[in-house]
Amino acid sequence: MKNIDSDKHLRGESLYLDDLPTLQGSLHAMVFASPTAHGLLQKLELEEARKSCGVWGILTARDIPGENQIGNIIPDEPLFAEKEIHYRGQPIALILAESREAARQARQKIKVEIEEFPAVTTAEEAFEKGMFITEPRTFTMGDVDRAFAKCAHVFEGKTFTNGQEHLYLETQAAYAIPAEGDQIKIISSTQGPSQVQKAAAQVLGLPMHKIEVEVIRLGGGFGGKEDQATPWAVMAALGAQLSRRPVKLVLSRSDDLLMTGKRHPYSARFKIGLDENLKILAYEARFLQNAGAAADLSPAVAERTLFHATNSYFVKNARLSVYSCRTHLPPNTAFRGFGGPQGMFVMEAAIALAAQKLKIEARHIQQANLLQEGDRFPYGQRAEQALARKSWETAYLHYKADDLCRKAEDFNKKHEYIKKGVAFMPICFGISFTNTPMNQARALVHVYRDGSVGISTGAVEMGQGVNTKMLQVAASCFSIQPERIKIETTNTTRVANTSPSAASATSDLNGKALLKACEQIKKRLLKTAAKELKTNPQKISLQNECVLIDKKDSGLRWEELVQTALLQRVSLSETAHYATPKIRFDKKREKGRPFSYHVYGTAIITAKVDGLRGTYQIESVQIAHDFGKSMNTAIDLGQVEGGLVQGLGWMCMEELAYDKNGRLLSNALSTYKIPDLFSVPERIEVVPLEDEGHEAAILKSKAVGEPPLMYGIGAYFAILNAMRAFQSDLEPFFNAPMTPEKVLTGLLKKQVKNKPLHVEKRQIG
Amino acid sequence: MLYLNDQKLSPSAPSGRSILEFIREEQQLKGTKLVCREGDCGACSVLLGSLQADGKLHYQNITSCIAPLANAYGKQIVTIEGLNLKNGRLNRIQQALKEAAATQCGFCTPGFVVALSNMALQKAMGKDLSPKDALSGNICRCTGYKSIERAAKQIFELLQREKPDLQKLVQLELLPRYFLNMPQKLKELQHQQSSNGQPSFQHTFVGGGTDLYVQQGEALSLGEVSPLCSQSQLSGISVKNNTYHIGAATTISQIREHPQWQKDFPKLHEMLRLVASLPIRNMATLAGNFVNASPIGDMSIFFLALGARLQLLHLAQNKTREIPLEDFFLDYKKTALQKGELIQSLSCPRPDAHTHFSFEKVSKRTYLDIASVNSALKICIKNQHITEARLAIGGVKAIPLFCKKTSDFLKGKELCSKTLRQATEILQDEIAPISDVRGSATYKRLLAQQLFFAHFIKLFPKTFKLKTLLA
Ligand SMILES: Cc1cc2nc3c(=O)[nH]c(=O)nc-3n(C[C@H](O)[C@H](O)[C@H](O)COP(=O)(O)OP(=O)(O)OC[C@H]3O[C@@H](n4cnc5c(N)ncnc54)[C@H](O)[C@@H]3O)c2cc1C
Ligand code: FES
Ligand code: FES
Repeated sequence: MKNIDSDKHLRGESLYLDDLPTLQGSLHAMVFASPTAHGLLQKLELEEARKSCGVWGILTARDIPGENQIGNIIPDEPLFAEKEIHYRGQPIALILAESREAARQARQKIKVEIEEFPAVTTAEEAFEKGMFITEPRTFTMGDVDRAFAKCAHVFEGKTFTNGQEHLYLETQAAYAIPAEGDQIKIISSTQGPSQVQKAAAQVLGLPMHKIEVEVIRLGGGFGGKEDQATPWAVMAALGAQLSRRPVKLVLSRSDDLLMTGKRHPYSARFKIGLDENLKILAYEARFLQNAGAAADLSPAVAERTLFHATNSYFVKNARLSVYSCRTHLPPNTAFRGFGGPQGMFVMEAAIALAAQKLKIEARHIQQANLLQEGDRFPYGQRAEQALARKSWETAYLHYKADDLCRKAEDFNKKHEYIKKGVAFMPICFGISFTNTPMNQARALVHVYRDGSVGISTGAVEMGQGVNTKMLQVAASCFSIQPERIKIETTNTTRVANTSPSAASATSDLNGKALLKACEQIKKRLLKTAAKELKTNPQKISLQNECVLIDKKDSGLRWEELVQTALLQRVSLSETAHYATPKIRFDKKREKGRPFSYHVYGTAIITAKVDGLRGTYQIESVQIAHDFGKSMNTAIDLGQVEGGLVQGLGWMCMEELAYDKNGRLLSNALSTYKIPDLFSVPERIEVVPLEDEGHEAAILKSKAVGEPPLMYGIGAYFAILNAMRAFQSDLEPFFNAPMTPEKVLTGLLKKQVKNKPLHVEKRQIG
Repeated sequence: MLYLNDQKLSPSAPSGRSILEFIREEQQLKGTKLVCREGDCGACSVLLGSLQADGKLHYQNITSCIAPLANAYGKQIVTIEGLNLKNGRLNRIQQALKEAAATQCGFCTPGFVVALSNMALQKAMGKDLSPKDALSGNICRCTGYKSIERAAKQIFELLQREKPDLQKLVQLELLPRYFLNMPQKLKELQHQQSSNGQPSFQHTFVGGGTDLYVQQGEALSLGEVSPLCSQSQLSGISVKNNTYHIGAATTISQIREHPQWQKDFPKLHEMLRLVASLPIRNMATLAGNFVNASPIGDMSIFFLALGARLQLLHLAQNKTREIPLEDFFLDYKKTALQKGELIQSLSCPRPDAHTHFSFEKVSKRTYLDIASVNSALKICIKNQHITEARLAIGGVKAIPLFCKKTSDFLKGKELCSKTLRQATEILQDEIAPISDVRGSATYKRLLAQQLFFAHFIKLFPKTFKLKTLLA
């Protein structure tokens, strides 16, 4: 089944927040943010701006009736800065005006005086200065020090992976509408409606039941709207509360880039030890996470880094620690993979370094260490239904990897200016929120008297196709036509206390809850049918809108059955709750079984580097992926391709740049480049692993949102391997993204050293 | 007056209003999306249909977020709503995209439909547009493009098979029926307009708007502008005495599609594919590129190497003067253009049999990106000797740089590695790059060297090897 929104999307008829008709009397809000990264607010002059044409008013922290606090995990984030400024782009005031243009003009008239302090922009600097969000965390397994002493080879190195801008096409947006009394309805472009509700209630000083949050759909989220849709929704709500008028707040692209956090940059050091047979005996890694100015979701992201620090490999002795470092950048946040990719990159770098030093191909080390059934992860969970080896072998055989490598070598012999590099990228990604209590969901199902069905869950549709999957769940349970089913908006008055749509777990959690609700109704309907047909409920089944007795058509149709049930006063509505079983994690011991299951896969990436210009192309990515028993191959394939390309972007071209004063330099689509049609591999191939699927996954169809992003990590190493083909003794460096600049300077390092482009000296003279 | 899809309108909005705002705010058509407001994503794509001298309608796709309404006067704007079939069914392009599961969050989707409709319309005008070229201005963050590409290829193959004209496009349900009436309707519109079509030069000059609207779109959107693209005295490409004469408002697409240029520069299509994207090239004028004076302006570099001269017209005094392009650039974003002056045209010599031309550009992303460093070289070789050389490099100084010293040095020298090794030292002396978001100064120096070598290695692969040049 194709995404159920396809037709509307393709005809331009889908409604996103900014497309909603603007109610009469609506005000347009615009945020005034700090132009400085770190300092003390000395003076805020709003008078001239307040007098500006069309301005209703300007709100600051002083206007907040409740608490000036929106922090989620840790309450360390004010909605508006009061005195201390912690990052450039931190909101200080909200302008409410009759039009966007009026708000924009007023914003230019605001004057602010800030006593400026030096800004800390890197995790290293924050680490040295002892600036942390939380206590560091360490996972250990085995006796690392003793193991290192026994290793035949030990290598140490460091890595950096830069952040990544989400670049959801639809910017952050909210529309708040005052309702009866002091109630507020917020339409928000958020992945976490309950979080918006909670924060709004706190700031507005109202109980949560007075705040209704509604989400229609998102024009992309990728984690960027999990926690960071909240401030804008709360601001709009505050504006509506104080003005008693509808308030629309849609961030311009430049405001969005400036004011919102991104994927966390990580700096890391690693030490890896191998025996003669290339078995990894010991591994140690220390991660410094650049969390930005407030906690946001950083502690949870940091945790997931540790969970994924050994990727698909069994490492008997491991010591992994992470420091969440506080800097003067916008609070960094969730982004597809949620810290996992940053952890996996370091492991792959360690293997690449070892391979280079041992003068072998990395794939030999990779292959020798893949997880097997029953192997323990450093956090204590055992690998069950482990598919690391199977995915590797499937990819290897299906794509004739030996041929591929040989062909690349032949190519390299024949070509002087262009060389190819091949890299393998196995992945293993844990499914579940690592914060166990978040692994719950609810669904509400109404069957209407005409036989049509309305479904509400906590899932937010943002392109990942969750609504389509929900519809499939209900349609297959009731065995009715998809056209009969409508997936309602996500709304906190219908389904409350939801977890955000994140962690790849949305379909699993909400789907399981939905299935439970549908099954309850179905049970009652079967009973009704049995009564009506004077038979035993066990003999009744539903198929294709018909009621069957002993698999034979009884003549009773779905619509009649529903009518009958209603007349017999049988409930046609149901709500159900689902909590993922068998998961737990003990943070004191840092051990447990945090994941419901793991998703596996292996990608083979081929890159082509132009040694003259330093440019490159990722030629092909060939994947064997563990879908379980995919319930929607079109949607799941789309997630794999889309996730992969985001990963490629992160590894290759997306270069976030802040200057030392915390000013964002990559502040537009012209300076922050994401993959376009030309830059994606000519060939992306995906084969599913032949697999039974996992019980904990909805209809055994495994979670697919995040894992494929990590295939992109292989691109870094494929490019590095192509560079090695130019220079076998190339000193590897692990500093992502691998831009053309790094390729060219890497390849010509010697030339520059031996014969500098003698200009520097001339410039002095 | 203009047409918005099949509706004739006389907009009350000022001529400087961006077409996107006009569509979304004034006309409340919400299918066209705002994402970047700087021409970089294609979510706001619309088609612009204009009547040609031969009475046929010519369509092109543009990014409406940075296009002034003035550039649509007398034309037809086609939005996603205007591509939908009336009966609520998906048209053939939409159907193909659906089948390929090429829409996820859907925010980019209308833009892709518009871009593929443009591909179909180009075919009806006898032009082959590859799927990649057709979609070169569209960004999608969800799908990873492969599904979109699969759909695009399918449509492309259909077009190759059917070789449709407009009538056929309608028959195949690639376009709604009303398109057939548009040539007639626009003809009538033109008759009504011709009376009050006097050029006005009192407001900000706008060519395509692709620089202006990125820099000051919000302010310009509030008032009137003076559009230059509709001025016939600023358009047209002709050849006289082996010299090209080109109207200043000629777009990059018009150069790229010009048969004579294609003949004179066999690699033209590929070279200019490196410049912006199809929709931007459809709008961007040569003069706009020069006047914007960006140190990495591709067309500035291109025409510096070609030895272009500009004809400037002072409007109030009605006086013209001519200057070589290299004298036009004075300092960072400062040009020799005086107040009240505009570029009327440019001229440059046609290449002869001994002339070789090469254009190189490296950027973070190969397409639709601004160069870290770009370079063009025009060189004449007789008997293994360089009789003329013009080297231009961008991104290495405050202005698009004509490398006079290096060019002078090369002239008269033997075409050999030694010459180049010496030349590259002079070149390093002539440039002074700074570090910025497009690369460090060291990198730009390296790139300048490499691209200089790349010109020669590409043009004379037998003569030059990188190893020897770097030795
Ligand atoms: C997404 C995007 C990608 C781009 N990529 C590239 C790229 O790869 N390479 C590149 O070089 N550029 C690129 N550009 C920049 C831009 O497209 C070019 O510089 C273009 O040629 C500008 O022409 P225009 O007609 O749009 O100029 P406008 O924006 O209309 O005008 C620019 C300036 O020139 C003045 N002007 C225009 N015509 C005349 C005239 N005849 N006489 C006097 N003054 C005049 C205007 O008043 C204004 O000051 C890109 C722009 C965008 C938006
Ligand atoms: S909105 Fe991005 S190109 Fe117009
Ligand atoms: S489908 Fe979401 S951006 Fe393309």
